[in-house]
Amino acid sequence: MNRRTLLIASGLAASAPLLGRPAFAQQAQITGAGASFPRPVYERWGQQAREAIGLQLNYQSIGSGGGVNQITNRTVDFGASDAPLPAAQLAERSLLQFPTVMGSVVLIVNLPGVADNALRLTPEVLADLFLGKIARWNDARVAELNKDLRLPNLPVAPVYRADASGTTFVFTTYLSRVSEAWKAGPGAATSVQWPGGQGARGNEGVANTVRNTPGAIGYTENAYATVNRLITTQLRNKSGNFVKPEMPNFLAAAGAADWTAANFAADIIDLAGAEVWPIVAPTFILLPTNPTAERVEASRNVMKFFDWAYRSGTEAARRLEYIPVPEPVQNAVRSAWRNVKAPGGSAVWTA
Amino acid sequence: MSHAAMLEAPAPPTRRPVGGAGDRVFEWLCRGAGILVLLLLGAIILTLFLGGLPAFREFGAGFLTSTAWNPVEGRENYGALVPMLGTVISAILAILLAVPVAFGIAFFLTELAPPWLRRPVGTAIELLAAIPSIIYGMWGLFVLVPIVQQYIQMTLGEALGGLPLIGFLLASNSFTGTSIFTASLVLAIMILPFIAATMRDVFEQVPPVYKESAYGLGSTRWEVMRGVVLPYTRVSVVGGIMLGLGRALGETMAVTFVIGNANRMPTSLFDPSTTIASIVAMEFPESLMGSLKQSSLLALGFLLFVISFIVLAISRFLLRSRLKA
Repeated sequence: MNRRTLLIASGLAASAPLLGRPAFAQQAQITGAGASFPRPVYERWGQQAREAIGLQLNYQSIGSGGGVNQITNRTVDFGASDAPLPAAQLAERSLLQFPTVMGSVVLIVNLPGVADNALRLTPEVLADLFLGKIARWNDARVAELNKDLRLPNLPVAPVYRADASGTTFVFTTYLSRVSEAWKAGPGAATSVQWPGGQGARGNEGVANTVRNTPGAIGYTENAYATVNRLITTQLRNKSGNFVKPEMPNFLAAAGAADWTAANFAADIIDLAGAEVWPIVAPTFILLPTNPTAERVEASRNVMKFFDWAYRSGTEAARRLEYIPVPEPVQNAVRSAWRNVKAPGGSAVWTA
Repeated sequence: MSHAAMLEAPAPPTRRPVGGAGDRVFEWLCRGAGILVLLLLGAIILTLFLGGLPAFREFGAGFLTSTAWNPVEGRENYGALVPMLGTVISAILAILLAVPVAFGIAFFLTELAPPWLRRPVGTAIELLAAIPSIIYGMWGLFVLVPIVQQYIQMTLGEALGGLPLIGFLLASNSFTGTSIFTASLVLAIMILPFIAATMRDVFEQVPPVYKESAYGLGSTRWEVMRGVVLPYTRVSVVGGIMLGLGRALGETMAVTFVIGNANRMPTSLFDPSTTIASIVAMEFPESLMGSLKQSSLLALGFLLFVISFIVLAISRFLLRSRLKA
């Protein structure tokens, strides 16, 4: 069974119990809004948690910016953001931040005659491809890395996400980390001023544009590349090894991360380690630390939901190509939840 | 005789007050509907202007002439020139492509087509208008973009790219097929039914006696169209074109899919660009409330209003001077 059918099969399995299920007694509902990157896994967890612990999740993937806006206004029970918020902003908005899963960004190319995971790229070459400094694929610098490949004389056509997105944030953060020219030029954000190339809407738009354009190179979330069998590339990591975008290498990155960073804002981009895939990032939940009296119950339910997801949701996450956070981090998050205080000053999370 | 009869029998006064009250209620309902539209329009403009004020304050008049769009924290810099130009150029190009075809359709349906064909073709045109814009966008991306990429851009670029003065418009280094030209093509197809349907309806309104007189004088069909039908319907035809132009200026989803979304100054029709509606749709979800980025996006929305207003005003002006002549 390949991954695609696995994904579909697990989707069917998860949705099957919905059919003909008798109406339960009033289920507790929690609402969240924000990042689109973790939407598939949050929805899957939502389906499973309804069965397991009777919590109904209503998640709207309106984008990280929208999620931060909504939770700041307290119109939802929790917000979700791909980019960690600076400590000052968290304090100002009275928010607690914790990671749920990690995702990785991979590179996809359309080069006639080049197989999946065959093309080898270094960070410097990658940055120069997107900067427009390398204009053709048979450029000496690309050819030197790929002596066993016959590279076509095609113009390099970078494809990027036109909609502001967490994926772009992660990818441009990586480029800024490995290239001084990129850091001084476009920089890192959910959308940047791209020096060249085409913008396409969403992961599917990027994938389609790359597929249609010989010579194109783009970036997408790993889950998307896997499900759609896109041609990905190898990338040289900080330790100097060329690594393929595969789960063991993502897990190696997660293991190498320093989770003691303030507010769990672990930096998993461009870490050292023999097998580490360099473009991996966590996605975060934002929870008010000072819920109002009528929201205390919902706040407790949000923690209950993610406590369940940490314990029982790892399999679902892995199937969707997300990387679960390590167990010590989960325990640290649970103790951080004690900082959420009801109006009376008592901790909302007591487990 | 009848005059005298009317004088002798005045209207019965008994039911008058009831009708008066109903009339007044109806009058106020209609007036309210009219005022509501004005209030809504005013409120939207005001919201956009107030929301965009921080951006206008920060960048001043430079906002209109700057080509920057840099949301990176610490060096935020926004300008409206590229999306404004993209909006206007793609809409005008779409009109240039759509109007001749729409005119052909209307001419065919009212003058040339056999009666049994008029209804099916007319219905097909109206159905085109009912397709949602996201469908146009996806169809454009999956079908039209490869066609433009492989046939139109290559052919035009090679054949005419070397021409003096206008050659640069057709020669581009971007070969993905998503470009201003593709966006205009999709827009042209989207606004075609509106313009064609309006033209057909107004062509049909020309009193047959005018046309028959012209035919009686020995005019050909084309001469009747040019000398009788078009002058008679000019105001409505331009109205139909303006309707299409308005739609083209504000279209979001279909354009986003095929224009390439690059906030850079295009030098060729086959370069990627962006439009105001498209950039707002792409960037708004990730903009933080009260940030300079969100303010700039609202300012762009306000500018789109201004552009639409200017276009409408120019068309009115052109129309008046032609009517006087």
